[in-house]
Amino acid sequence: MLKLGVPSKGRLMEKTFDWFGARGVTLRKSGSEREYAGAVDGIDGMELVLLSAGEIPRELAAGNIHLGVTGSDLVREKLANWDSHVTELTQMGFGGADLIVAVPQAWVDVDTLDDLDAAAAAFRARHGFRLRIATKYHRLAREFLREQGVADYQLVDSQGATEGTVKNETAEAIADITSTGETLRANGLKILEDGLIHASQATLFRGRRRDWTDAQRATMKSLQNTLAI
Amino acid sequence: MAHMLSISTEARRLLDLFVAQGAQVVASDVLLPADTLLDLYGEDIRGRAYLTTDPLRGEMVLRPDFTVPVVQWHMQSHADPARYTYAGKVFRKQDSDETRANEYVQVGYEVFDGQNPAAADAEVFALFADALAGLPLRAATGDIGLLMAAVGGLRTTQARKNALLRHIWRPRRFKALLQRYAGKVPVPASRRALLAASDPFANAGPDIGLRSRAEVEQRIAALRADAAAAPISGEELALIDALLGLHETAPHVLSALRDIAVDMPAINSAVTRMAQRLDALAARGVDVETLEFEGSYGRTSLEYYDGFVFGFYAVDAPDRPPVATGGRYDALTARLGQGRAVPAVGGVIRPDLMEALH
Repeated sequence: MLKLGVPSKGRLMEKTFDWFGARGVTLRKSGSEREYAGAVDGIDGMELVLLSAGEIPRELAAGNIHLGVTGSDLVREKLANWDSHVTELTQMGFGGADLIVAVPQAWVDVDTLDDLDAAAAAFRARHGFRLRIATKYHRLAREFLREQGVADYQLVDSQGATEGTVKNETAEAIADITSTGETLRANGLKILEDGLIHASQATLFRGRRRDWTDAQRATMKSLQNTLAI
Repeated sequence: MAHMLSISTEARRLLDLFVAQGAQVVASDVLLPADTLLDLYGEDIRGRAYLTTDPLRGEMVLRPDFTVPVVQWHMQSHADPARYTYAGKVFRKQDSDETRANEYVQVGYEVFDGQNPAAADAEVFALFADALAGLPLRAATGDIGLLMAAVGGLRTTQARKNALLRHIWRPRRFKALLQRYAGKVPVPASRRALLAASDPFANAGPDIGLRSRAEVEQRIAALRADAAAAPISGEELALIDALLGLHETAPHVLSALRDIAVDMPAINSAVTRMAQRLDALAARGVDVETLEFEGSYGRTSLEYYDGFVFGFYAVDAPDRPPVATGGRYDALTARLGQGRAVPAVGGVIRPDLMEALH
């Protein structure tokens, strides 16, 4: 069996079903609505596995699923050296969101990373600790800020409602996902001009493990033909 | 197993060698409080060290190097001068290269002695060169102090010098700052608009977070002062580039530096220190005529070296991590010493990488 992992709920799941459906492959939940098992019609030898979008990168790397649909941000965040574990087969054109660095609008002196770095230096000297940036994307944020040469900051973990951390004074800035920027503005934040860390979208990935059977390879070939990828 | 045994035999040999030089053996916990390291190195340490949580002691880190424990040991021991040695495992996450070891033995030698820095630099380097003699290694050297002196001597504002000094160890940001201060890149439109605005806070949005309105105003004042400052001259920019671009044998570099110092007298004392160091190295039997020197060497390591820096690399495998590294870290002792600072120089050798050369 060739296992395809798909997000188990919400718009990402529906859009994924639509995307495959439009290309002649029908994905459906088997049994009741609450069950996380599924079926694939139109391709023999395929099995649908419904799981959390955040777990799909790890399961792909481990070889527990062979193909998976998830955000390109999650793959880069969850897997060190992501491109040695998975290959991007195709971007799917939905689920778009940008991982960005945002600061309070009240910081009229900060519009670029250069400004953020200077503000961080002054902040640390004044407050005695490094400027805090709240995020759940630790790897991506850290790599980006290191590459850009930003200093005197620290990342603080925030698994949800990250836009509220500045107002709550548990962070001074954030690195988070946004699609329209509406929530950011509502929380008094603005995006830095050069603060785009990664432009993410739903992507079909293939695990790079080489222990596939001939039957799995054949199924993969027929899927690629059907999807025209 | 035989491999591990020979590594520990080699570690023991090095430790004995350093003890014979008069070094006192220092022990350190494997599990260290994370706060000092985090404050010192920042986020980079999270990417490179294993952090864990203790229910009572808070965040802890698996020893990523011995530098901090040894400096703390010294600051409590009050011995001066002092020489220390240690051998033990350190632990480093390898985020991008699985073939690199994530735990390995380091044997170190550290000298806390402010009497004669050039002699102390030479002592550590020559000792390492002896300890590694016969192995197919190439030595690289540099001196962060030269670049710091050059920045300190720029004809520009102290604020700009401080900003450049802060980024000595981040070459990309350093270069971007230098280009901006030299007027080589256009001022961002947002910055121009801010400086031109009669009320910069007209569309400011709500005052949220710890960074206050007063802090923002202070920075605007600093930006106005910076906008009024004259650009760093093209000549000075070229001198910094020339300094960073040096890559030659040490005597050639020294004479090039003396040429640069004619137009940039601020580096004179750093150049003199380098000349003294080369003399001290020669007196210890190091062949300085063939010793390589790179103007930008040591700028991408963790930010604490601020003077002489060196590394020993496998001749046949330049991409492998260095077998030995070291340097001077005066500023670090000042930061960890709570008011006390002791000039310090030292380095570490990795017996596992020595073994891999056989």
